[in-house]
Amino acid sequence: MTAQTLYDKLWQSHLVHEERDGTALVYIDRHLVHEVTSPQAYAGLRLAGRKPWRVDSVVATADHNTPTKDWDKGIKDPISRLQVETLDANMKAFGAKVYFPFLDKRQGIVHVIGPEQGATLPGMTVVCGDSHTSTHGAFAALAFGIGTSEVEHVLATQCMVMKKSKAMQVIVEGRLGTGITAKDVALAIIGKIGSAGGTGYAIEFAGSTIRGLSMEGRMTLCNMAIEAGARTGMVAADDTTFEYVRGRPFAPTGALWDKAVAHWRTLKSDDGAKFDTVVSLRADEIKPQVTWGTNPQMVTTVDGKVPDPAQARDPVQREWMERALKYMDLKPNTPITEIRLDKIFIGSCTNSRIEDLRLAAEVVKGKHVAANVKLAMVVPGSGLVKTQAEKEGLDQIFTAAGFEWREPGCSMCLGMNEDQLSPGERCASTSNRNFEGRQGAGGRTHLVSPAMAAAAAIAGHFVDVRELA
Amino acid sequence: MEKFIRKEGLVAPLDRANVDTDAIIPKQFLKSIERTGFGPNLFDEWRYLDHGEPGMDCAKRPLNPDFVLNQDRFRGATVLLARENFGCGSSREHAPWALLQYGFQTVIAPGFADIFYNNSLKNGLLLIKLDPKIVERIFREVQTAPGYRVAVDLEAQTITTPGGESFAFEIDPFRKHCLLNGLDEIGLTLEHADKIAAFEAQHRGRQPWLFS
Ligand code: SF4
Repeated sequence: MTAQTLYDKLWQSHLVHEERDGTALVYIDRHLVHEVTSPQAYAGLRLAGRKPWRVDSVVATADHNTPTKDWDKGIKDPISRLQVETLDANMKAFGAKVYFPFLDKRQGIVHVIGPEQGATLPGMTVVCGDSHTSTHGAFAALAFGIGTSEVEHVLATQCMVMKKSKAMQVIVEGRLGTGITAKDVALAIIGKIGSAGGTGYAIEFAGSTIRGLSMEGRMTLCNMAIEAGARTGMVAADDTTFEYVRGRPFAPTGALWDKAVAHWRTLKSDDGAKFDTVVSLRADEIKPQVTWGTNPQMVTTVDGKVPDPAQARDPVQREWMERALKYMDLKPNTPITEIRLDKIFIGSCTNSRIEDLRLAAEVVKGKHVAANVKLAMVVPGSGLVKTQAEKEGLDQIFTAAGFEWREPGCSMCLGMNEDQLSPGERCASTSNRNFEGRQGAGGRTHLVSPAMAAAAAIAGHFVDVRELA
Repeated sequence: MEKFIRKEGLVAPLDRANVDTDAIIPKQFLKSIERTGFGPNLFDEWRYLDHGEPGMDCAKRPLNPDFVLNQDRFRGATVLLARENFGCGSSREHAPWALLQYGFQTVIAPGFADIFYNNSLKNGLLLIKLDPKIVERIFREVQTAPGYRVAVDLEAQTITTPGGESFAFEIDPFRKHCLLNGLDEIGLTLEHADKIAAFEAQHRGRQPWLFS
């Protein structure tokens, strides 16, 4: 038998049907649902008189629109409220394996709760009407974001219609320096291959650095695969994976667990498996990353400077950079550490897990947010992350340092609720997109790791976390 | 879905690379639970001078005169000409909905993001990928020739410029078939319902933990 990639294996084991031209029906094991991209899909089902194929594949939560404070007052914005209530109604009418509505203790960002509940398992195909579904690939799962028509399609047929992508392997070897996190690795990769570099590919992250990452770190990395253009990113399963999954509410137990693990051990690329493209990075060359523009590819290192568009050879590129700098109100050649910040956001499906909060807390412990920072907030990824953090006293560290400690949700990652940047405000954010207006119309976003965001909060401008240690 | 056969229309040039889905339709409009009504908010932050919120009467909002779609010569355009990596970002299908509901039927660019590409074709918005050099040429021609229209022939997989030049484009045969016939993909997949059920039973036997 020829050597297979992890992607080949996951694809093969879910292939229901394939046309001669390669158009395939791929079986979906887990369907994560949230309030923003599902209402029109359920409306479509109703309209066509169709029923969900397998209700117990659905795990749902409300996360994008939910407020992060004053939960007792409910959802103020009537349009947001209607969207969340529509999900409540659809869950009632159509059902799910489990639904964590607004106010539930286990509610949270869909990509945080899936793994946390053991609802994301190795070897699964996972879809969600959200591009950051790639996160779940950290479990050696085949996971992709889908649009609303596809949500409806999966609900009705339990399958996706797709063609196999090309395979890319991103190898990172060596030890990461102190203060360097998975987020920096992700941004460094995007900086290297570009935000369209992974278009048309399924990416497998491999190498000793990746094997050394915790599950939280692997999730951060796979989460950002979409920012490199790849609809799916994945990491081979190993003991780190199994230890994370063990004992979670929906994880198998007893004899079934042993059987599952035996299978999961095969979820890796065979030696000699062929990839269409291979990209390599060295861990010891990765420094703390900071984005300076309006696309995650516009990234540099904390000891670097804002680039000069005049140096760009390609006119389209130059124009793009000029526009970005104008929007970001930055001058070429400004040292990154001179960029002053108005707001700090620690949260999002990229960096709101317990490990992220521990890292940030360690940086801010015993210090205080700088006077020029108007708001520094920590938004845990889920109710359970929040509870765990409080058990460890992290909330105390944050509030003592002047951070606001909020309820879980997507929050200022995209500001569908009240948590937004005002026009012109500049934010160090642990989220994944720095597009124009992403965090609020006219807002300016710099993507960084939780440690870097925490350090920037204390200093009031970007600083190299490595110098704090 | 409407059938897409041969269409001919005015071209509007959006000369920006990496146009993301947040720019195509900003988040506040994603709160809608409807499938329609997104056209007036296409490119909202670029198109209007004020900040848009759902429920506003867009006819009364101040237009940004510098934005290309607000220029008289591009009114009624049905073909959008764009730069590389168009549609990058989120999976929101509201992006193709907004483009279609504004009146676009085709987008031409050197490249598109994967999820956006799928979402668009599922809704009957044809995305045409052309060589960057050809796109550059069309950009130049559109700028200099008012009333520049192209003919899009999906059957023949060509676009033809006013100068009579034709460029071939690639499209997946299955997607083409669906577009040409306005087919409902769910209905097509359900023709394989027996096969799906049989697969599911085997899959459950092989990996029972996925179903527990
Ligand atoms: S945290 Fe941000 S990127 Fe993640 S699911 Fe929510 S809105 Fe999307």
